[in-house]
Amino acid sequence: MIEVRSLVKKIGAQEILRGVDLEVARGETLAIIGRSGGGKSVLLKHLIGLMKPDTGQIWVEGQNIIGMKERSLASIRQKVGILFQGSALFDSMTVAENIAFPLREAGERDPKLLRRRVTEILEVMELQGEEEKMPVNLSGGMKKRVGLARSIIRQPSCILYDEPTSGLDPIVSDSINRLIRRLQQRFGVTSIVVTHDMKNAFHVADRVAYLHEGRIYFHGTPDELRTSTDKLIQDFLLGRSEEQLTPKAFGVES
Amino acid sequence: MLVRFFSALGRPFLRFVQYLGEVVMLAGDTFRSLFTHRLRWKLFLNQVVEIGLLSQLVVVITGGFTGAVFSAQTYFQFHKIGMGSAVGAVVSVALLRELGPVLTALMVTGRVGAAMSAEIGTMKVTEQIDALRALAVYPTDYLVVPRALAMMVSMPLLVAECIAVGIGVGYLVAIFLLEVNGTYYMANMVKWTRNRDIIMGLSKAFCFGILIVFISCHKGLTAREGAVGVGRATTEAVVNASLAVLIINFFLTMLLNVIYPAGYQ
Repeated sequence: MIEVRSLVKKIGAQEILRGVDLEVARGETLAIIGRSGGGKSVLLKHLIGLMKPDTGQIWVEGQNIIGMKERSLASIRQKVGILFQGSALFDSMTVAENIAFPLREAGERDPKLLRRRVTEILEVMELQGEEEKMPVNLSGGMKKRVGLARSIIRQPSCILYDEPTSGLDPIVSDSINRLIRRLQQRFGVTSIVVTHDMKNAFHVADRVAYLHEGRIYFHGTPDELRTSTDKLIQDFLLGRSEEQLTPKAFGVES
Repeated sequence: MLVRFFSALGRPFLRFVQYLGEVVMLAGDTFRSLFTHRLRWKLFLNQVVEIGLLSQLVVVITGGFTGAVFSAQTYFQFHKIGMGSAVGAVVSVALLRELGPVLTALMVTGRVGAAMSAEIGTMKVTEQIDALRALAVYPTDYLVVPRALAMMVSMPLLVAECIAVGIGVGYLVAIFLLEVNGTYYMANMVKWTRNRDIIMGLSKAFCFGILIVFISCHKGLTAREGAVGVGRATTEAVVNASLAVLIINFFLTMLLNVIYPAGYQ
């Protein structure tokens, strides 16, 4: 379904991606893990053509999207939905308008049908009765669910999740994890989840890729990741840091 | 020394050329989209309300007080040489050819251009424009085309309104405050004001509208670095659009004066 070959991306002087190779099969859920600022979101944005790489290839459903013009990418983007880290809801629209937006843009004008589809999807997201709220009045978890509803309403064959559980409490995170799993089981969509929340990765993923210093350092099943003896991976899984913060670092003399 | 001077000058010059190129590309993309893709009528009408309807008060006040003060100042000068009744002609032609279009454009830049760049800039830094793209919506079609078309429709109407109010208030000031003879005032005004003055004013309005909308939208679309970036984009949009209006006005005056010469001919 999605194949990435030798992807390189520099932003300013910093080389964010240094030759990423990745493959995601149809119906599979891949979790991309790695440290904050490691280029996971940048990689995800490349998969839908929101960013252009310096070199490399990205194949989506047999089409190389590199070099495609913005308008031509629309056909790919109709098949691939994305949940942004900050949800990216349109702040001038209500919840219902946000969710119905992709359908309206696809030419659907029947208000009854639009209302029915919005109500249905809000039930799946456990957000009944929130149609008329503005995004500013929603909690973080609700925004994520509305963002997700908006990206799946056109029933894409692949969904990209950018940090779906970041900044959420454990209970809301768990509900988002269940939702991702349920969507995968119910609609059979291919999913790529970028996260540094290991619980999220283990809960939803069929395979896990560890992005480290701009390259895929590990690629395997969640069990293989758990049992890996590699120090770097174990440090990441256990949240061990080598940096010692002394009182001096906070300006306090010991 | 000379090399250093030119290399120091080169970088800002190249940046300026690149900026101009980006604005022209945006304009080209917008006009292409206007003729080849469907128009979102609801967004267009919303923008007509935002740009046209909600700018009425600002434009009426601008036109009214400009007409009033210009009428008074012209009278103070002309009265000394016994030409008080020529005030109407001067006020009318000046408002039509210069003051109406330029002052309206500056007011619209401050009111509408700033709002456009702030709105689009906020959408850019909060990933809403990325969300549009991800939902297979081309941002130029959705954000720029309705604004550009609404500006092209609204701006000539706003300028016409500003000029009409200016001429009307100028007349009232001259007749009721300065006691100019109304019949001569009107006769001179009608005699010296030609259709070509009206065409020139409205042509300028259309050109200024295009300048304001593309400069403001471009600044919004290229905004960076959060709230500070949006603030900077908004300020730069207003400054650049205002300067562009003043600079282009000179060249338009020179060009249009060849096509529509001033004076009684």
